[in-house]
Amino acid sequence: MLEIRDLCTFYGKVQALWNVSLQINEAEIVALVGSNGAGKTTLLNTISGLLRPASGHVFFLGQQIDGLPPHAVVELGISHVPEGGRVFPEMTVRENLEMGAYPYQAWQHRGETLEQVYQMFPRLKEREKQLARTLSGGERQMLAIGRCLMSRPKLCLFDEPSYGLAPLLVAEIFRIIQGLRDQGITVFLIEQNVRRALEIADRAYVLENGRICMEGPCAELLESDHVRKAYLGL
Amino acid sequence: MNAVGVDLKKLRAPALLLVLLLLLIALPHARPGYAVVLVYTILMYIVLTVSWVLFSAPTGYVSLAPAAFFGVGIYTSAILGMKLPLPVVICIGGLASAFLALLVGALTLRLKGIYFAIFTFGLVELIKHFVLWYELKYTGTRGRFLLPVGNNTIYYVMLAILVALLLTTYFIKRSKYGLALQSIGEDEEAAAHTGINVTLLKIITFAISAVFTGAAGAIWAIRLTYIDPYIAFDVNNSFMPVLMAIFGGLGQLYGPILGAVVFSFLREVLITRFPYYYMLLIGTILLVSILYLPNGLVGLIQRWRRRIWGGQHANT
Repeated sequence: MLEIRDLCTFYGKVQALWNVSLQINEAEIVALVGSNGAGKTTLLNTISGLLRPASGHVFFLGQQIDGLPPHAVVELGISHVPEGGRVFPEMTVRENLEMGAYPYQAWQHRGETLEQVYQMFPRLKEREKQLARTLSGGERQMLAIGRCLMSRPKLCLFDEPSYGLAPLLVAEIFRIIQGLRDQGITVFLIEQNVRRALEIADRAYVLENGRICMEGPCAELLESDHVRKAYLGL
Repeated sequence: MNAVGVDLKKLRAPALLLVLLLLLIALPHARPGYAVVLVYTILMYIVLTVSWVLFSAPTGYVSLAPAAFFGVGIYTSAILGMKLPLPVVICIGGLASAFLALLVGALTLRLKGIYFAIFTFGLVELIKHFVLWYELKYTGTRGRFLLPVGNNTIYYVMLAILVALLLTTYFIKRSKYGLALQSIGEDEEAAAHTGINVTLLKIITFAISAVFTGAAGAIWAIRLTYIDPYIAFDVNNSFMPVLMAIFGGLGQLYGPILGAVVFSFLREVLITRFPYYYMLLIGTILLVSILYLPNGLVGLIQRWRRRIWGGQHANT
């Protein structure tokens, strides 16, 4: 569904990604794990069009999408939940969700999608008219996921969804992400919480210093010595 | 019974506006002369303020370009005024300003915060001196004269521009684009992630706001009868809309309108009564209002309302 070939991205003169290649198939959860500064967010921002790669390509459903502006990428069906959720604080919960449905096609179906999102997150329905800044951290993350779903995406990109949340909420967010896969939405998940990510994902890639150093089914990675030593502290 | 009550409540605001509009239309017949001049001056400031608010309030991009757009309108009118019918001149004035806004927007709307404000301010000076240089070098005269038209004509044109502006603002605010502009102001990167073409939306809204500023300039030129670059590109016309909008309060659409009405009326009164001290007085009023009315006149009105109706409106 998504294919990345030999991607190199720079920040000015500093190279952040080195020949990254990876593949995501339909209706699977693929995790990208790595430590702080490994280039995970850079990779997501390159996919969603915020950054342009210096070389290499990104293909989505057979179409080349590198170099497209962010709004065009969203219209094709890739939706991005940025780190920390980044909801619009001075807008109500409902307005935040409606903004998620901004692309033309999604706007036509916004009533219907809103119902589905409210069914998934009854809390958001209860707080429909509240300003987003009055929500708790977990609710904000839910709102960010809801906003992402409002564009009726085929692929969801998650940037550190567990960041800053209490363990109980992290478990809930991860359950929700698994639920998305069961609905047929493909998920690309970026996490520092390596154990959790490997537990729910189907396959994973390990990113170190801007390079992919390992890949494979999660069960295998959880067994590997390198992952156990470097990320799980075993 | 209840349903009727709700319907009446919904109709109250449009009905009130309609009455106000009819009164404004009737004014030149009821009280010709100075009243007409005073009111169209106020209308002009409302146009400047509301078109500034249309772009700058939701997006948070503080533009100091109104004087540039206003001046372009003025010069359009000065150059074409005697050759083409008035409505055409007004339209061209608006379009010329919009064209400038598209150009400037495409170049500078990537600048954030204070940089954008400074660039737009520089733009006013740049165009002013360019026009001055051009006039001295190629036409050999510093200023231009315009054929005056009747005060009532100026009045009705200004009123028409204002009505068109208010309708445009209302429809943008109600559409998804209004919300999208606000989301750009709150978090531009997140707005891009939700599928908003942020650059295009900013540029187009900037241009729409310039249309009305330019059109107002085109008719104002005729009132001035003599113009030169210093009159046409007066930086006061950039600051006044900002001050009036803040004075009125930015939250609701009626805030900036109220601010423009009160402030421009005050200005007019102070200029005529205290010609030497008027800037001093204006400055004092501004300082006091910023210190004690952080949310402008709107905030004051809401506080009064709460006091009269008690705590039940605390959330509005």
